[in-house]
Amino acid sequence: MTANGWFQIAVFLLVILAITKPLGVFMTNVFTRKKTFLDTVLRPLERLVYRLTGVDETREMSWIEYGAAMLLFSLVSMLLLYLIERTQQWLPFNPQKLGAVAQDLAFNTAASFTTNTNWQAYTPETTMSYLTQMAGLAYHNFASAAVGIALAIAVIRGISSREMKTIGNFWVDVTRSFLWVLLPACLLVSLVFVSQGVVQNLRPYDTAQLINPYQTQATGADGKTTTQTVAQQTIAQGPVASQEAIKELGTNGGGFFNANSAHPFENPTPFSNFLQVVLIFAIPSGLTYTLGRMTGSPKHGWAVWSAMTVLFLAGVLTVFWAEARGNPLPAGVDQTPSSLQAGGNMEGKEVRFGIANSALFATVTTDASCGAVNGMHDSFTPLGGMVPLVNIMLGEVVFGGVGSGLYGMLVFVILAVFIAGLMVGRTPEYLGKKIEAFDVKMAMLSVLVFSLATLALPAIAAVSPRFGTSSISNPGAHGLSQILYAYVSATGNNGSAFNGINSNTFWYNTTLAISMLMGRFLAVIPILAIAGNLARKKISPPSLGAFPVTTPLFTMLLVSTVVVVGALTFFPVLSLGPILEQVLMTAGRSF
Amino acid sequence: MKNNLLIAMRMTLVTTLLFGLIYPLAVTGLAQLLFPGQANGELIQKGGKLIGSRLLGQAFSAPGYFRSRPSFAGTGYDGGSSGGSNLGPTNKILISRVQVEVARLKAENPGVPVPVDLVTASGSGLDPHITPAAAEFQVPRVARERRASEADIRAVVTRHSLGRQFGFLGEPRVNVLELNLDLDAAYPSSR
Repeated sequence: MTANGWFQIAVFLLVILAITKPLGVFMTNVFTRKKTFLDTVLRPLERLVYRLTGVDETREMSWIEYGAAMLLFSLVSMLLLYLIERTQQWLPFNPQKLGAVAQDLAFNTAASFTTNTNWQAYTPETTMSYLTQMAGLAYHNFASAAVGIALAIAVIRGISSREMKTIGNFWVDVTRSFLWVLLPACLLVSLVFVSQGVVQNLRPYDTAQLINPYQTQATGADGKTTTQTVAQQTIAQGPVASQEAIKELGTNGGGFFNANSAHPFENPTPFSNFLQVVLIFAIPSGLTYTLGRMTGSPKHGWAVWSAMTVLFLAGVLTVFWAEARGNPLPAGVDQTPSSLQAGGNMEGKEVRFGIANSALFATVTTDASCGAVNGMHDSFTPLGGMVPLVNIMLGEVVFGGVGSGLYGMLVFVILAVFIAGLMVGRTPEYLGKKIEAFDVKMAMLSVLVFSLATLALPAIAAVSPRFGTSSISNPGAHGLSQILYAYVSATGNNGSAFNGINSNTFWYNTTLAISMLMGRFLAVIPILAIAGNLARKKISPPSLGAFPVTTPLFTMLLVSTVVVVGALTFFPVLSLGPILEQVLMTAGRSF
Repeated sequence: MKNNLLIAMRMTLVTTLLFGLIYPLAVTGLAQLLFPGQANGELIQKGGKLIGSRLLGQAFSAPGYFRSRPSFAGTGYDGGSSGGSNLGPTNKILISRVQVEVARLKAENPGVPVPVDLVTASGSGLDPHITPAAAEFQVPRVARERRASEADIRAVVTRHSLGRQFGFLGEPRVNVLELNLDLDAAYPSSR
């Protein structure tokens, strides 16, 4: 753990703190239809979209219609992505002449990108044409992010409005997310990425002649080993920067290349890396301020922000510490940090990022539901790899995905307020609204759906080689962690992986797709129901007995609620995976 | 409901056109106009031949070259198949692979501990850099092979060393491909 590493993490947090209010105010103005500085350009474009699609922007929707519109949009766009994948061989922008994507993989990928997961059971360089990447995958990076933001805004409206039957218009919220929140930032940021060296072209792959050809052993189909000379290097190209911007800003995380943000063409410099982690937290952090502003209690927004920051710091410091200590098993290796090297556990990490930036990225990408990686989590130390896993298990509410982080956290807010109410023996109130049996039931339903998909499916997968265990690449306790991480990541709509697991099998493609769809859609319907129910309620003036949701005490209670729910659900399985592996590693055992 | 289904279909088409085609093509146009070198991968030509990208590492096996880190991208540094080893920290395959590398490097430069990045694979398999420690470790061998003094070789290494960006971001590093190209120009004595 170097002083410079601490400093970089501190600067990151300060930047996030600094952009929270301006972004929060901007998004409030966008969704309450106040004037913004972009209106002159975007308002005509917005009108054009409504005219072409037949949206009546004055119409208000009940929570049921809002939810139905969201599901229809997701379904239709998911089908289009599936269609593009299956027909890419006949479509333009395919210089590598890649064939159709297999059925189960195409279904898995369509579910994955529609749900903002971006789980990738394929190697993009050899699977997806440039058209599929642009119009299929990068498009869904935009669409799923816009849907997430719309849902969060609808939930905030439910909290802030009085005796209303409606929570807004889904189409308007989505369109305004697309145009105001995502588009301008992505245009700008993608060009900054290009200036750093992120590629942006439509050329076929290049072939370089190596100045020092090398020999490699290859095992042929007949089982004989032959020596081959490799004299060329393939250089994959593509429209990467335009996807990179929305990949991070929309907390999507799907890499243009297999190595994701570890690839020098996706993330060439420490500055591009810093920009990526800032982008991941930007909208989720700004939305906490939007929550405070739209509900008329900015302090509540900051109290939620503080709870998220406490959990973020706990995570990043643990990973940084664990990875900087390195791997004790190999002998004769210098892992000590010095002015000449970052040291620590460098397997799966890039030299330009070292330990501090890899730890920061791993924490940020799993606090949010991003899932981009700049180092391979599978090769992290057991404790270092457990933090990303736990971050997702907590429901990705530490800033979280765009929109989904905030509405996920609001579930825990309701539970925290409910628990506080039980402790003092009064009816729980949240910002002047009574929290009643229906709201708490729905909140619990959302928590239970997540636990069910993240525990039941890996339990089945771990039973038999016919299901999941034949895909394990790391034996011992780490193998269980691989299976667990896959389902937790899918259900949490994260998309990062303990990537050694071979998940491109019929079993995993199908069950993980189901997890992703459950994690997104089944979990959000109860939350929309809460929003609709809260919207109908009166706002009563705060009574003396109400538990204030603006204080450090509330922040503490919220953090405890998140941690206790997560720990009760997942501690047993964690003790069999990463915790056991850490103990065995310390004892010098390998597998 | 039926109306919402129609809107969903039209919305999908309109936004796919806007964000799936117009947006990336506009960015491509602007990028090619403003940053043509970066947008195409910072390719390096030598004698009319494409020999690599400044951003992508390559494997070097000849003793006169600085070696890159181990790579699991394809057969090694394959830019069409990026990726890491994904071996877990307690995997015997990882430990024994590292031990083999350590033994090989110790033979070249006995008595000096081996910097960790030289025996571990990067996440991308295309890491263009090694740490200054890993470069320093290899200086005696390269100097011997190229019949140059260690000070001369160190001077070339320093030319290709990058500090932290803006003084605090990232880690110090040395670009292996550029370093080796420069060595070939300055000290071409041996392969």
